[in-house]
Amino acid sequence: MSAGQTQQPIRCLVAKVGLDGHDRGAHVIARAFRDAGFEVVYSGLHRSPDEVVQAAVQEDVDVLGISILSGAHNTLVPKILEGLDEYDALDDTLVLVGGIVPDKDKDELKEQGVSAIFGPGASMEDTIEFVRENAPER
Amino acid sequence: MSDLLERLLDGDHRALARTITNIENRAPGYRDLVSGLYEHAGTAEVIGITGSPGAGKSTLVDKMAETYRDRGETVGIIAIDPSSPFTGGAVLGDRIRMASNVGDMDVFFRSMSARGSLGGVSIATADAVKALDAFGKDRIIVETVGAGQNEIDIVKTADTVCVLVQPGSGDDVQMLKAGILEIADVFVVNKADLDGADRTVQELREMLDLRGNAGSGRNDQHASHGHHAEAEPAGDGADGHAGQTDGAALKQAEAEPGDDGGSDAVWTPPIVEAVATHGEGVDAFLDAIDDHHAHLDATGEAAAKARERYAEEIRTLLREDTAALLTEEIDARGGIDDLVDGVVAGETDPYGIADDVLDPVAACLRERREDG
Repeated sequence: MSAGQTQQPIRCLVAKVGLDGHDRGAHVIARAFRDAGFEVVYSGLHRSPDEVVQAAVQEDVDVLGISILSGAHNTLVPKILEGLDEYDALDDTLVLVGGIVPDKDKDELKEQGVSAIFGPGASMEDTIEFVRENAPER
Repeated sequence: MSDLLERLLDGDHRALARTITNIENRAPGYRDLVSGLYEHAGTAEVIGITGSPGAGKSTLVDKMAETYRDRGETVGIIAIDPSSPFTGGAVLGDRIRMASNVGDMDVFFRSMSARGSLGGVSIATADAVKALDAFGKDRIIVETVGAGQNEIDIVKTADTVCVLVQPGSGDDVQMLKAGILEIADVFVVNKADLDGADRTVQELREMLDLRGNAGSGRNDQHASHGHHAEAEPAGDGADGHAGQTDGAALKQAEAEPGDDGGSDAVWTPPIVEAVATHGEGVDAFLDAIDDHHAHLDATGEAAAKARERYAEEIRTLLREDTAALLTEEIDARGGIDDLVDGVVAGETDPYGIADDVLDPVAACLRERREDG
């Protein structure tokens, strides 16, 4: 018999990677996710791809949201994806990117394993809805 | 599931992470998984850290982990943060302060949310500790905000309970209040470079004195421990001094086995001063934890604690299981709303309903017991 109710909130890591020092957006999304009933781990500023991978693996998150404004997404995001893959964690982690990503880069990131990219003006409701619908079944 | 256990025992970090997730979620089959952990666990030393928000717990834990790693030991950390009572959501923010150990997979840091369920968190924590233990971690640190009974239950899963106090955290009546101060095996006055640190140490010592006098004639022993406890922040040339008194305390503990029930066997919590942000006092703190561990071994308290913990685990599991059983029964009777309707209409009352629901269970159990 399995006792108690099965409780399974969606777990997210909100990560800031690289040199950009602006995390207001990451704070806003962390708070919105919390209010949506998610469990949110925030990485803090200036993380390397390795650190983000370590956090995502240890925390066993369903969703990894990478916030990046510096323009370095083409170098940093693939490193994170590779790292996740090394730990066999890429397949069942929903990877999102938020911030400034030019249209021409979006398709490539998606091909590499990013599920969605939310730029300026993306609504919080849409983002949360997307996570609810696409968070991997565990 | 057993595949997961195998991978965990093989040292697969992702399997360890998933095991803890299954424990937290009470995923189907998690019980078999935890059962399987028991025979591989039991070697790790478990340290509980609690204290009010902002006392510097995460920073101190970070430095502890760094020091243990320098000594070649592996570390597991579980940090518990509160969850919203309204949405169940949580921001788990302690990981941010683990700056010294980033990139080092041999420090396994896991954030857990309290998920609002009474009792449930503490058993999930105990199970997660078991997973880290079976994985092979040498030291396991459980960190939680000391705000209520729940947190006290959590740190009770530790061999050594450390309470962080910061200067200026209240007048001396705060020290008299029941709660987290009573469960401390080691006190840390963190931010010892702030004004008022001396006073906080003084107040803690007075509180411990009162507690000591309430017991019986172990003042001598207390005095020596009190002295030992005055570990100055490192950098004052205090190392030699601290080392010397440590040795004395250890010898004292070793001289005591078999003296069971004797007043000398009572542990008086040392008070360590620290400035965690600079790593000051961390060595003295870890020494105090080791002293306590030696004391537990020497007095046989370690075994007693383990028994107590098993008893508590059994009780908690049974409470949870009966609660689930009764939830099922309530549903079978048309749901809690129907029962409430009866109370609102004045036909019955909560006590009557509780008797109604439970009487058949009690009768059935008694019958089976008598039948043997």
